[in-house]
Amino acid sequence: MKVYSNLGNNDTRSGFGEGLAELGRINPNVVALCADLVGSLKMQKFINENPDRFFQVGIAEANMIGIAAGLTIGGKIPFTGTFANFSTGRVYDQIRQSIAYSNKNVKICASHAGITLGEDGATHQILEDIGLMKMIPGMVVINPCDYNQTKLATISIAKYKGPVYLRFGRPSVPNFTTNDLGFEIGEGILLKPGSDVTIVATGHLVWEALEASIELKNYGVDSEVINIHTIKPLDEKIILKSVRKTGCVVSAEEHNFLGGLGESISGLLATNYPAPMEFVATQDTFGESGTPAELMSKYGLNKDAIIRKVLKLKKRT
Amino acid sequence: MLRHKLHLLGMKDLDFLESLTTQVRRDILRMVHRVNSGHPGGSLGCAELFVVLYFNQMEYSLPFSMDGKNEDLFFLSNGHISPVFYSVLARKGFFPINELNSFRHINSRLQGHPTTHEGLPGIRIASGSLGQGLSVAIGASLSKKLNNDPKTIYVLLGDGELQEGQNWEAIMFAAAKKIDNLIAIVDLNGKQIDGSTDDVLPMGSLKDKFIAFGWQVYEIENGNSIPLLIKKIKLAKSNLGLKKPIMLLMKTEMGNGVDFMMHTHAWHGKAPNDEQLSIALSQNNETLGDY
Repeated sequence: MKVYSNLGNNDTRSGFGEGLAELGRINPNVVALCADLVGSLKMQKFINENPDRFFQVGIAEANMIGIAAGLTIGGKIPFTGTFANFSTGRVYDQIRQSIAYSNKNVKICASHAGITLGEDGATHQILEDIGLMKMIPGMVVINPCDYNQTKLATISIAKYKGPVYLRFGRPSVPNFTTNDLGFEIGEGILLKPGSDVTIVATGHLVWEALEASIELKNYGVDSEVINIHTIKPLDEKIILKSVRKTGCVVSAEEHNFLGGLGESISGLLATNYPAPMEFVATQDTFGESGTPAELMSKYGLNKDAIIRKVLKLKKRT
Repeated sequence: MLRHKLHLLGMKDLDFLESLTTQVRRDILRMVHRVNSGHPGGSLGCAELFVVLYFNQMEYSLPFSMDGKNEDLFFLSNGHISPVFYSVLARKGFFPINELNSFRHINSRLQGHPTTHEGLPGIRIASGSLGQGLSVAIGASLSKKLNNDPKTIYVLLGDGELQEGQNWEAIMFAAAKKIDNLIAIVDLNGKQIDGSTDDVLPMGSLKDKFIAFGWQVYEIENGNSIPLLIKKIKLAKSNLGLKKPIMLLMKTEMGNGVDFMMHTHAWHGKAPNDEQLSIALSQNNETLGDY
């Protein structure tokens, strides 16, 4: 099995920007909208290459969502871009009625998700967006783990017909996945086999899970690491297969434990294969200002937090 | 009075549109009565507009296609007036007229508020939660421009609905981006659920507001007059493509055509009982056959 190493740090939002630029070249129906955050979303390359297919809507996210819904009529595939907070909570009803209930082929692309947005603080950090989006019937929810996977996911969702929420982040983080892993919506990826515990991670926590897995050997724990990039629809098979082998699971995500990936996994296990579980996630709290690393440490969202939860879990089993 | 001024519309055509409007009123009343819920007031007030758009002014073809390429498209933002929308779509042949029986009943394509979710032909967006339709219509206008499609987008908004902030984002955007293949229509009936719009939240001069926002504004002094509607919509059409969006401020009478439903907001969202239905229908005789 391949051992993953850091190919160089990069931000996932740049993966989105590159993916969007690539789509601009290969799919003439792809259009993009932004609510005054072009630089933050790395959309400039797409705009430079396709000025007629880009719509700057200004600081008006609700209008952006509605316009995106309307653009689908006539065959366009709109990609909206703003921060995750303004992509979801601010426009929940617009997404619900004009996109999801109307089954419009809109891709809601959300940067600066989670606590690693950092210094701007809790007004801009959102730790509830996965829950908000996964509860909407028919919405696909994707949280890729690094630059490469975000680029592949961006390109992939244009081929899928229906609403998608694509969540990525601000900070520069290890880029470790390679193109040969591919990207299929709803298909988890086994990154490292193990026998004692399953660690299911999404987004920025996937690299932390791989790091934790290495260190856990020192504690005599052989961990299996699964990357779930698509939280909905959930790859139930890969999770159940792993937990049937290891007997226990730790979920890891940059999100509230309520409404997140861990919650989906616990529901899956409760109805199929009850097994002890721990959650690496925020504990029903808002974030605060700080560097991404400081925040990940304080809120228990890093390698060390995963190790702590695995060891706690192993004591129970 | 205006009839003699209509050179392009023969009396026969006008008689048909008037007859159809009366039948649409009957449909609305019977639909909401049957299920004892729904919104007859605004539906009755806009019966003439829907008839004029779908039977006289809009260019489109059947069967329905979601993308509507090279067709005029209509969006309803104030989705609660679904009865008039459903009646006119059915009368035009988008779906069987008998299906009006299923309005608001379980397992129906005719949901309380319009939706694409059940696949009802003629509906391109869900509406009901207010304030979203203008944005959607602008998106469809942009899509037509990208596709070099010369046809027009129509959208109807309620006046009370303009209290939703998203409208003003859209109003600003449409002018800034020169959306000039769009005709927006505001149903100025001056009423909303809790009372008159002036009592609930006075909005001042909408005409001045839209002009200040950079729109072309045309007033329809009586939106329940078919000849006047035709005249003003034609006027609006002749001013498309001028780099400015178009707003038609259409004064209507909520509950129009049923004497006891007019001049009050009481029938915004209330169905008539058996006796009230009987009186209302007696004021609108069957013209094209009840469903």
